[in-house]
Amino acid sequence: MSIADYSAVELGKKIQNRELSSVEATKAMLERIARLDDTYHCYITVEEEKALAQAARVQADIEAGKLTGPLAGVPVAIKDNLCTKGMLTTCASKILYNFVPSYTAEAVLNLEKAGAVILGKTNMDEFAMGSTTETSAFGVTRNPHNKDHVPGGSSGGSAAAVAANECYYALGSDTGGSIRQPSAFCGVTGMKPTYGTVSRYGLVAYGSSLDQIGPIAKNVTDCATILETIASYDPKDSTSVKRDSYDFTSGLVDDVKGLRIGMPRDYYGAGLDGEVKTAIERAAKELEKKGAIIEEFDLGLVEYAIPAYYVIADAEASSNLARFDGVKYGYRCKDYEGLHNMYKKSRSEGFGPEVKRRIMLGSFVLSSGYYDAYYLKALRTKALIKQAFDRAFETYDIILAPAAPTAAPKLGESLRDPLKMYLGDIYTISANLAGIPGLSIPVGKDSKGLPIGMQLLGNCFKEQTLIRAGYAFEQSGAFTPVPAVE
Amino acid sequence: MAKVYETVIGLEVHVELATKTKIFCSCSTAFGGAPNTHSCPVCAGMPGSLPVLNKQVVEYAMAVGLATNCDITRYTKFDRKNYFYPDNPQNYQISQLYAPICTNGYVEIDTPAGKKKIRIHEIHMEEDAGKLVHDEWEDCSLVDYNRSGVPLIEIVSEPDMRSAEEVVAYLDKLRLLIQYLGASDCKLQEGSMRADVNLSVREMGAEEFGTRTEMKNLNSFKAIARAIEGERARQIELIEEGKKVIQETRRWDDNKEYSYAMRSKEDAQDYRYFPEPDLVPVLISQEWIDSVKAQQPEFRDEKRARYVAEFEIPDYDAEILTGSKKLADMFEATVAAGAAPKKASNWLMGETMRLLKEHSMEPEDIRFTAAHLAELIAMTEAKEINGSVAKEVFEQMFAQDIDPRQYVEEHGLKTVNDEGALYTVVGEIIAANPQSVADYKAGKKKAMGFIVGQTMKAMKGKADPASVNKIVAELMEKA
Repeated sequence: MSIADYSAVELGKKIQNRELSSVEATKAMLERIARLDDTYHCYITVEEEKALAQAARVQADIEAGKLTGPLAGVPVAIKDNLCTKGMLTTCASKILYNFVPSYTAEAVLNLEKAGAVILGKTNMDEFAMGSTTETSAFGVTRNPHNKDHVPGGSSGGSAAAVAANECYYALGSDTGGSIRQPSAFCGVTGMKPTYGTVSRYGLVAYGSSLDQIGPIAKNVTDCATILETIASYDPKDSTSVKRDSYDFTSGLVDDVKGLRIGMPRDYYGAGLDGEVKTAIERAAKELEKKGAIIEEFDLGLVEYAIPAYYVIADAEASSNLARFDGVKYGYRCKDYEGLHNMYKKSRSEGFGPEVKRRIMLGSFVLSSGYYDAYYLKALRTKALIKQAFDRAFETYDIILAPAAPTAAPKLGESLRDPLKMYLGDIYTISANLAGIPGLSIPVGKDSKGLPIGMQLLGNCFKEQTLIRAGYAFEQSGAFTPVPAVE
Repeated sequence: MAKVYETVIGLEVHVELATKTKIFCSCSTAFGGAPNTHSCPVCAGMPGSLPVLNKQVVEYAMAVGLATNCDITRYTKFDRKNYFYPDNPQNYQISQLYAPICTNGYVEIDTPAGKKKIRIHEIHMEEDAGKLVHDEWEDCSLVDYNRSGVPLIEIVSEPDMRSAEEVVAYLDKLRLLIQYLGASDCKLQEGSMRADVNLSVREMGAEEFGTRTEMKNLNSFKAIARAIEGERARQIELIEEGKKVIQETRRWDDNKEYSYAMRSKEDAQDYRYFPEPDLVPVLISQEWIDSVKAQQPEFRDEKRARYVAEFEIPDYDAEILTGSKKLADMFEATVAAGAAPKKASNWLMGETMRLLKEHSMEPEDIRFTAAHLAELIAMTEAKEINGSVAKEVFEQMFAQDIDPRQYVEEHGLKTVNDEGALYTVVGEIIAANPQSVADYKAGKKKAMGFIVGQTMKAMKGKADPASVNKIVAELMEKA
């Protein structure tokens, strides 16, 4: 086993035991990035010198006994929509091609306090709008399991970097599945926590009421450990929740006896790829063997989730992205006549087509005369979807769903038909509308060798239950992911 | 026969709240300061930053709402108002549209026909924008975000006013209420209180409202009164000529006494309001309302009555003193520092008001302390200085809040009460002016005034006038 193959927690232990140093691990990652990233393009920015310097500092603190946490010294990759002080933060957009924040996002600060070493910033769909990482202004990221396929998105760079062992773990953000779906496509483990669990301060907003930061890692143990580190009540984020507990690792128990797991019939009908369905059903059987109670049920309202989501997310995005105007930072067009022309040209040249499409959709649904018909209706639908989940969680501890209808599509296939791409979010977006947590775990591979992921959804604040079920599945040995790239 | 028109006016009044920090971040609200020194990622609208509501803003807004008889919205929310302008760093303003904090209130104003209720439609909270500075030399515009995020409330009245006088009375009422609450200093000139006037005219007795225009850029009560007269005349002229009033926003130019169209309703922006997702709704409990209510200060009418009863000053004095929170506070503090109430009142109503007017200042701009005024009064009462010296010292106090006792001593302005010395000086002056003595004896009593004047001059104004008069009279008789 090479140094790059360790999970984050395994590496952390070896660093604490002085078997390995943070600098060695960081060098190993930088070496892999240098060797592999021309092919996969997981990163937009790699901070080699900063990472090595940080690793040396962290190592000194570890040796001085000041840093004893499980992630101290472990190199991490950060999605490029999380602000990092003094480090380029582009959101994969031309409009922020030169933006260097003056402050660091709270979630990243929490990692730094725990001794994380930041390798760089990962590629993503522009402003997290997309499901393939193809809308990035800086080129596509390729799936480490098959470079002709997409890694998923929008946190495709983060998921691919974990899959390619170009980092030990990564942070992503999830507005409609942007952590869970690329994790499934790349055969890694990703988690979207309950809305309000991880501070959004410093996350460049896409859909503010839906955005949530979470971990992408090699297994459930890592995810639980990372979440425990990044989650905090933050007075700087008014939507941050003061949780009773920030203990997630206690959920790492191999026991699902009596756990009630519901599989919504609505999710397993037309549109779901047969191989994906089979792989998930097999995983469900494993959990059943361990004592979980598996049942089918009707969740309802599934067909309304996508329209409601795209109305709400795009409405918020149209306003959130208004600040990128060429006035204060980022891209400004070269020639212009007067203020409005400058706005118009800077934004026309700075934003890519998918972002423009969503800004236009969002502006439309908020405009006078349409607000009630679209935006208000979408908010009501969101409330109804939340109620449907509340009802389901009266009976079930966990909802077991696919993470995506198919395995990773080929590069270039999705953007030709955006509506089809939007429909691909069907299993993930409801969790964002309802604010509930979701965990995506690899359960197998299809006949083409592309990873398949299942998704465990739980009620608000029930991350521990998801972690327990996910951990139990891993321990069953039914499926053990192997590194995508040597 | 000429038609008679009625003016119908509603007001939107913006008031900058006197919080120490901004509405959504902890930056200072202090006026002045080098550009962009009172700014942070939040009020500069940097990517990823998030707003956190300042509780004091809610309390001030509630206090103003309670003082204006409003209903307090128990579940109040913020909304985003979207528009592009460089002084607005996020290109949206966080404001309130769907659930403003206060609704359905009123204030009473005095009119020649008696008391009149002006209804308040709503009061909402919002953030101020930054300031654009155009650099003529470099031919570029610069943005200063120091004011960005300073808390505002907007008080929207119903169209209940019918004249400039009523508008001024309403504004004055609001200004005083808010100043008494300590929620704002309400200075029109400095922009901490701003009024937009919505005005239409209709034939007297008509049921329907006419088409209204909105006027901006009104920064004094006088400008508001002139703008109302000007706009009323403009609209009547249009109607008489058979033309239509266009619903539009107009900018008042007080120098030219004319308003100019800024934008019409047709090209009015669609602000695409929607609920602010970065803030949670504010739940206001009855206990919270009660505690804000319990902290309400004594307002003008109660204070005025108390001054008459407690300090035994004339109602006229009480009315003027309570016409400004600052003046009332100065009065009470001066009395508390030991001055006789009527004396304190005289200084504030007389010299203070005179100098304020002379310097085009507001009572809020008073710099001297009540302790110094009380000291000055005490020195005058003790005859340590005479009246004209007191006025001279007061002017210095007014200009730079000097310590009156120290100033008098340093400048040797103390009244000379040494009667022996006075006798000598008066004796010498009489001896030097035999003609005056002769005139006096011949019955020209005016001649005595000349000797008194010469004596005061010789004493450099520091003699006690009463003593001088007494001694001059005595020695003239003897001479």
